[in-house]
Amino acid sequence: MERRDYNFGFLDENSKREIRRCLLKAVAIPGYQVPFGSRELPIGRGWGTGGIQVTLSIIGKEDVLKVIDQGSDDSVNAVNIKKLVKSCTNVEITTDSEEATIIQTRHRIPETPMRGDQILVLQVPTPEPLRVVEPRESVTKQMHAETEYSTMWLTLYEDIIKCGKIGISSEYPVFVENRYVMNPSPIPRYDTPKLNDSETLYLFGAGREKKIYAIPPHTKVIPLEFEDVPFETEDFSGKKCHLCGAENVYLDEITDENGNTYYECSDTGFCAKRRAENAKH
Amino acid sequence: MQSINNINEPTGTEKPILNVKGLTVRYGKGCPHCMNGGELNKNTCPKCHTVWAANGVDIELYKGEILGIVGESGSGKSTLMKSIYFDFPVTEGEAYISSYMDGKKNIFDVNLQQKKFIRNNIMGMVYQNPVLGLRMDYSAAGNIAEKLIAAGGRNFGKMTERAKGLLDSVEILEERMKEPPKNFSGGMQQRVQISKALANNPEVLLLDEVTTGLDLSVQAKVLDLIRMIRQEFGVSILLVSHDLAVIRMLADRTVVMLDGKVIERGLTDQILDDPQHPYTQQLVHSLL
Amino acid sequence: MAYVAVKGGEKAIEQSLKLLDIFHSCSKSIPIEDIKKNFPLLIDKIMSEAGLYAPDYTALALKQSKGSIEESVFLLRAYRSTLKRDYYSSVCDCKDMRIIRRISAAFKDVPGGQILGPTFDYTHRLLNFDLLTKNRIKKPVTGDVGAEDIYCGRIDDILYKDGVLDKPEEDNTEPFDVTSNLLTYPAPRSARLQTLTRSEEGFLEGVAYSAMRGYGAVHPTVSELRSGYVAVKIPHPIIEGEFITVGEIMVTEVEALWPSHTESEDGDDENFSLSGGYGCVLGRNETKCIAMSICDASLNTTGPTPSQDEEFVLTHGDCLEMQGFLSHLKLPHYVTFQSKLDRVRATKEEK
Repeated sequence: MERRDYNFGFLDENSKREIRRCLLKAVAIPGYQVPFGSRELPIGRGWGTGGIQVTLSIIGKEDVLKVIDQGSDDSVNAVNIKKLVKSCTNVEITTDSEEATIIQTRHRIPETPMRGDQILVLQVPTPEPLRVVEPRESVTKQMHAETEYSTMWLTLYEDIIKCGKIGISSEYPVFVENRYVMNPSPIPRYDTPKLNDSETLYLFGAGREKKIYAIPPHTKVIPLEFEDVPFETEDFSGKKCHLCGAENVYLDEITDENGNTYYECSDTGFCAKRRAENAKH
Repeated sequence: MQSINNINEPTGTEKPILNVKGLTVRYGKGCPHCMNGGELNKNTCPKCHTVWAANGVDIELYKGEILGIVGESGSGKSTLMKSIYFDFPVTEGEAYISSYMDGKKNIFDVNLQQKKFIRNNIMGMVYQNPVLGLRMDYSAAGNIAEKLIAAGGRNFGKMTERAKGLLDSVEILEERMKEPPKNFSGGMQQRVQISKALANNPEVLLLDEVTTGLDLSVQAKVLDLIRMIRQEFGVSILLVSHDLAVIRMLADRTVVMLDGKVIERGLTDQILDDPQHPYTQQLVHSLL
Repeated sequence: MAYVAVKGGEKAIEQSLKLLDIFHSCSKSIPIEDIKKNFPLLIDKIMSEAGLYAPDYTALALKQSKGSIEESVFLLRAYRSTLKRDYYSSVCDCKDMRIIRRISAAFKDVPGGQILGPTFDYTHRLLNFDLLTKNRIKKPVTGDVGAEDIYCGRIDDILYKDGVLDKPEEDNTEPFDVTSNLLTYPAPRSARLQTLTRSEEGFLEGVAYSAMRGYGAVHPTVSELRSGYVAVKIPHPIIEGEFITVGEIMVTEVEALWPSHTESEDGDDENFSLSGGYGCVLGRNETKCIAMSICDASLNTTGPTPSQDEEFVLTHGDCLEMQGFLSHLKLPHYVTFQSKLDRVRATKEEK
């Protein structure tokens, strides 16, 4: 597609400014979902349009962009989003998370800790953490206003009393600055602690649901947990990446035709860098 | 039985634990006729059809007593209960709880958070229909934990211990506490509801027709349980029933309601043995 | 050798795009004009869901998307979001419509008359096998089908005069625009109508059908259905108070009526009266338009059914939103699935 007909960053300047205003509000009230006039994009609603609009509104000519899906730079969705942003901004694209100034992601936070001069943009399908207990937006809005989160806690209680464990896998609800319960987007529990007191700014965009929210650096972000039942991350003990040998990272489980199971880093940029390092020695 | 009924006769110097004054619940805009005390057709204004579901009701509940509220359906007794528990907004009136803000703050005049606090910590409610008081798909223990969580509970083990204890006191076996109330019989559901209402040691327990619709033998068991609870938990109880037998068995004092108004009040025995108001007389005689 | 998960997304996408062309290739390309003329009702449906009146671009979108309706709506919406809004039109009043069809089910005859106009309603649905072989379509009969411009007043106006229908108060507040604001509930009526008219046809008709069958309480009488052209006018850039007509658009409008209770002012007694539901869509989507009027009417009633639940009806009918969320399930979810496996295994161990 020819892009000369389109503005830098696809959206017109007024739309971008409006989204940036919402981002500022989101940063000012960590964990609060700011409504915004989500625009139609050439990519499907549900396919990362919230994240893309955030990225397109904040990106400048000097920025270096990395896009990942499931931790992978090479996933079809990541490639597709990169192609769109590249074609309407012509910014530099990288797979090295340390080189990037903006990283857009779906379902993962990179393994290498991010810095204060970087921004992580997360794609969010369902921004409302209370949707699992209440389908109506008008009601969940009121629940947030009143800090009424008993029902959320109750679902955790029910899991433990019935199954012995909390069953929430990814998008584990977190409590932000003791004020708002927030959905951290479908990142695995392994990534949840990275939200707490981090160096970097996290921006969350939900295009279809028309919400933006943020975790500014050094914000207190705690997963909902009972005093006597500690929060558990995914267990990869005794397993390591068969490509780079990394341990204590989030792994993808792969089974071959012979029924053998292998593990490899979900963060492909991180894995590639380690393999290059290993090759040097 | 007689002795229990009389132990908590108010002395006159004691302050009520719950004091409701002029509680009015009105559905409709009202018109010059009914707003100025004009004659109503039962509880409805003949001119503007405004319904006066509760009409200037005064109630005093003393520590440790069971106060019966009796009347036919439509008399306003359930409206009274549910508006005290903030289920319905009141149109006019005040209510004071001696332990809340030293009994100086009208509880109808506080913000939502405070109302929630009062519902969770100071009052407990048991509805005639268990669906209103229970989450039928959650476990029995979870139902009690819901109340504990609302009051700030964040320790799984402690909450589960508390749930176990409460369910035990209403004779629900430990092995059934993981089951949802929808699997339980009507009587069991009422017992779970009662234990849930007691979760945070409330001072006031509101019981709305809790035995209505249950088999006689099950009714008797629930009534025994209520008597036991009053003694063990030291809770004061507002007991709404249309059934004079239930009132006679449990209530120390009784209030009779008709068309949204209190028409007679006094010691239960006095009311049942020597009713003054023609309606009460009719009510008592129809039972005999 | 160890098994390596499939990578190479960039190449895969390129190949997929090539295959898209190969798989759906054909030797003959139809001119845009022919698509527009051959499938006018399909063009109308797409424009209505896209919220963009652009028959040429719609035909282009249809051609580009190999006939996929959702893809066509998608192309138009994405294009629309890049356009600047230079002008806002004045209010189009469908009373001033140049009518091609206008019927009332409420009255046998009405001032202005019943005008059947072009409709499939009274055709027999028999395949016309002649079209299999004949490429040249019969020249349309021009004779006496009535070709003068028709304008006529609304049936509502008669009912207002009669006093059986209360004339709604004129509301000139600036309409809420759901394409640039997040809708909150309860929704302003302008937002409700805008959302309904952009809704996916099948969704809207399903909701309306349920309301009529018993999951709701609306079985209305179509007081008037009219299709035709309305002029779109913008304020004159220089002369204040003057307007310039920039074009005409084809719309269909429905007013539906059903009896309801109302309380009289002094609260003395209750009356039966008539209430209305309103539908108006781009192009000629008559069934959708009727469905819209029923949904509007149903949302004015209270009850437990889906058609009476404003948030339910207004949040689940957008073609692109439903299509996007459903189709995103095709994206990889292996990180979250891994996390799910972890929970399942952990609880199995616990037991």
